[in-house]
Amino acid sequence: MVETLPDQGPGEQQGGQHRSQHRGQHRHRHGQSETAQGAAPFQSLNDIANNTSCRIRRLHTKGAIRQRLLDLGLVPGVAVTMIRCAPLADPLEVRIGDSFITLRRAEAAQIEVTDV
Amino acid sequence: MSETMPEETAEKTRLLVALAGQQNAGKSTLFNMLTGVKQHIANYPGVTVDKKSGSYREDKTFVEIVDLPGTYSLTSFSLEERVARKFLLDERPDVVVNVLDASNLRRGLYMTFQLLEMGYPVVVALNMMDVAARHGLDYDLSLLEQRLGVPVVPVVGRKGTGREALRKAIIARAQEQETVPATLNYGKLEEAVAEIQASLSACPEIVEIASARWLAVKLLEGDEGAEELIRKQRPDQTAVVTRAQDLAQAFEAIEDLTASDHIVTCRDHLAGDIETTCVTDHKKGKTPLSERIDRFLLNRWLAPLFLVLTVWVIYELSIVQGYELTKITWPALAWARNFIADLLPQAGFLNDPQVRAMGLWMVDSANTLLNYVPIFLILFALIAILEDSGYMARIAFILDRILHRFGLHGQSTLPFILAGVFAGGCAVPGVMSTKGIPDQRARLATILTVPFMNCLAKVPLYTLLINIYFVETKGLILFYLSTITVIAALLVAKLLSVSVLRGMETAPFVMELPHYHTPTFEGVLRRSVDRTWIYIKKVGTVVVAVAAVVYVLLQYPGLPEEHEAYYQQQAEVAIADFHKSLDGNKYAAVVADYDALVSLVNVYTSYKARKLNAQGKEASLAVDERFKDRYPDFYPFLKRSRDKEGRAAIRALKTLATTRKTLRREMKEERIVTSFLGQIGRGLEPVTQFANFDWKINVALLSSFAARESSVATLGVLFEQDEGENKTLEERMGNQQKEAGYTALMAVSIMLFFALYPPCLATTIMVRVQTHSYLWMSFSIVFPTILGLTVSSLVYSLGAALSFTGLEMMTATYFFLLGLLLLVAFSGRFFRGGALRPGSPGSGTVHSVS
Ligand SMILES: Nc1nc2c(ncn2[C@@H]2O[C@H](COP(=O)(O)OP(=O)(O)O)[C@@H](O)[C@H]2O)c(=O)[nH]1
Ligand SMILES: [Mg+2]
Repeated sequence: MVETLPDQGPGEQQGGQHRSQHRGQHRHRHGQSETAQGAAPFQSLNDIANNTSCRIRRLHTKGAIRQRLLDLGLVPGVAVTMIRCAPLADPLEVRIGDSFITLRRAEAAQIEVTDV
Repeated sequence: MSETMPEETAEKTRLLVALAGQQNAGKSTLFNMLTGVKQHIANYPGVTVDKKSGSYREDKTFVEIVDLPGTYSLTSFSLEERVARKFLLDERPDVVVNVLDASNLRRGLYMTFQLLEMGYPVVVALNMMDVAARHGLDYDLSLLEQRLGVPVVPVVGRKGTGREALRKAIIARAQEQETVPATLNYGKLEEAVAEIQASLSACPEIVEIASARWLAVKLLEGDEGAEELIRKQRPDQTAVVTRAQDLAQAFEAIEDLTASDHIVTCRDHLAGDIETTCVTDHKKGKTPLSERIDRFLLNRWLAPLFLVLTVWVIYELSIVQGYELTKITWPALAWARNFIADLLPQAGFLNDPQVRAMGLWMVDSANTLLNYVPIFLILFALIAILEDSGYMARIAFILDRILHRFGLHGQSTLPFILAGVFAGGCAVPGVMSTKGIPDQRARLATILTVPFMNCLAKVPLYTLLINIYFVETKGLILFYLSTITVIAALLVAKLLSVSVLRGMETAPFVMELPHYHTPTFEGVLRRSVDRTWIYIKKVGTVVVAVAAVVYVLLQYPGLPEEHEAYYQQQAEVAIADFHKSLDGNKYAAVVADYDALVSLVNVYTSYKARKLNAQGKEASLAVDERFKDRYPDFYPFLKRSRDKEGRAAIRALKTLATTRKTLRREMKEERIVTSFLGQIGRGLEPVTQFANFDWKINVALLSSFAARESSVATLGVLFEQDEGENKTLEERMGNQQKEAGYTALMAVSIMLFFALYPPCLATTIMVRVQTHSYLWMSFSIVFPTILGLTVSSLVYSLGAALSFTGLEMMTATYFFLLGLLLLVAFSGRFFRGGALRPGSPGSGTVHSVS
């Protein structure tokens, strides 16, 4: 079984330096909903409105958290639809294919997405 | 891939088969299907993950099956994954059955790829084909086999469909001489993978234990477990680890994509591709039924309403209706007690044989606990329905925000419900069910606060005190008590997670909301019976053992000789009086000797007890008949007749029996006062005086450590009175306490202490099992004791100083804690750093991408 995969991976353009700058800003204002315009370093899953879809570009996490997100299908390149937030506004529920995943805004804010 | 597993040429007659797959893919169901009942649960060495193994025979082959812990992949991040991985590497199973959920193939395949890369002979058991069909998924199985390069067996574990085919496939796979090398292409990283793989292949020590291809990929992913494995096997070969790191960095610099991101993306692409080609989705684009249901159940405004309704239904069915059921089951337990009482040696006049006294003490202790079995059966069945239907996950979704604010986790909901959020539950299954919480810090916080919930055993003491001191405001006090424990648990969880638990590993709340499905009757029944069985085992072991210890502590060192002699002399006087008053009576001959007299007194006591329990005139007459039949000689002493001599006999016996009871009570009391436990209770008075606990209360609270139920039983003994008077414990305690100058304020301090009291022994043992640490077990005992004593002392001293009544002080305490709760909840907004950010505090690496 040898599969040839498409050459380009997701999340190509951003430079490392650029990213770390974002990181600093992001931590400073984490937990707040980031608006699309303004100083937002990147568009995250946390910014997506209900019933809107997006594509995952990069996970700004590492270790066990990252692995957990990956295990549940939050993998770069995958399309995600925002379903709803919990009655107290956190956590969120998203749809990936036929499965429904819930995650907190804090984690969603670390998932960089692009519009589809 | 280049290497294969070591092969045996001879046909294998013993096979080791591992079941691997995600949680809830149906591994345990398939395990049961394959093995039948021959199974055995143990622990993996050194960890608390259950190891379920079983066996069956297929033709001439003996197959041993091990159910691995459910994992999504085989990284080294979680305990389950480390355990599964270690088993695969160390035990080298002959076949790995990869259980996949057919309704979600794509995610399941990540694991399949890893197993293939590791070089194991894999059989895919495609489970939940029924669910897949319901979701409109159509499988091209031969294409799937072809693309994966392994046999794929469709099964429906729940119905047992595909059992033979799966067994055959396992045997066939094991007999295959060669493992078909399978791999997936890592595109731009392929060159790096190949290079590392080549250098690893050169070391036989490494290839012997793990596939070079898999290790190469793991090293490029930066997997710590893999790096460690190499360091351990070939300390001289660590250059390859560094080389892999360099290659990964080089890749990232060029592609602006981490190597590990690239690797998972490759896996996901392949999985997605296989899914699209092999599975036709006939309902594509349609909204699944579950989502349509969730539009109501998880609606912003309706969700809390449904949640409250669910909780109410559970409370009503299990606690309220369950109590009704105990009225039916209690006579059975009482019957058992009488049965055992008859088997034991008969009671003496003053002192009972040790066997009898201790035997009955143990039976009573066990009975108090077994009495709750119907409630647990209902409660655990309802909870199983919540779990199986998928609603439990939704409850976690709704409540996570609140729980998280206090250092807990959405999945803390189940442990709290089991332990008795709404009055009634048991901390033992509560602590056990924390197993599934992925966040270590939240998990420990849950384990340590679950015992604050109102377990069923706390209720009798509350009821007792409320009936003495708060007759008019019963409802209000009960409401305070049932909610104050939740408030306390949340506050303590917060306190612990910012203090002692501060440095612990945390994990995010990322969870799948499963599709709703109708729970099956057997599934619910099995889970409910299993969990109740755990509870019964607790009764059978820990509680009975501790009851024995408490018994000894209460009985010894016993009465001094002079006192014993004094009581004996009193008894002799009473007996002499009895004989004197029966002088010339025609019934006197029946009790001519001492043994007969003792028997008569015992029969009289038992007759009175049964008459008292008999409900209705008919039952009462039946008791008469039975005694008349069984003890014709004694009967004139029991039943009033016209016969003048008979009446005299009854009168004489009554006097004697009353004197005996009084003497026995006095002896018992004296024995307890001087007993070891009594001495301890007294010794604690200097500490507990601020909460106004006297030694009797101390003894009761100490004995409740064995099992909470004991507190009321012990109080019952301590405040015992002549049975003839038939006063309830409420009255007895009330009188004695009021004489001693105790007030409702003290009741409040006892109840608060009891609410915060450390877990019972069985729970602390479960804490030890779940945390795997004696340190946390000790902490779970010491901390609540100090906390409870502090709170009780403060409440009592303040209340006394301000001359508040019990109710006023309870209200004040309640609102103080509620205020504190709200303060913590809302102040979080201003410094939520530690609370919201996983990996914090002080973890600067959260965002760094290496
Ligand atoms: N509909 C359906 N349900 C199944 C099937 N196999 C297992 N289940 C259910 O799926 C749930 C999880 O199964 P379990 O064996 O505990 O999964 P494990 O976590 O992998 O051990 C249980 O409620 C099972 O009854 C199946 O083939 N069809
Ligand atoms: Mg299982």
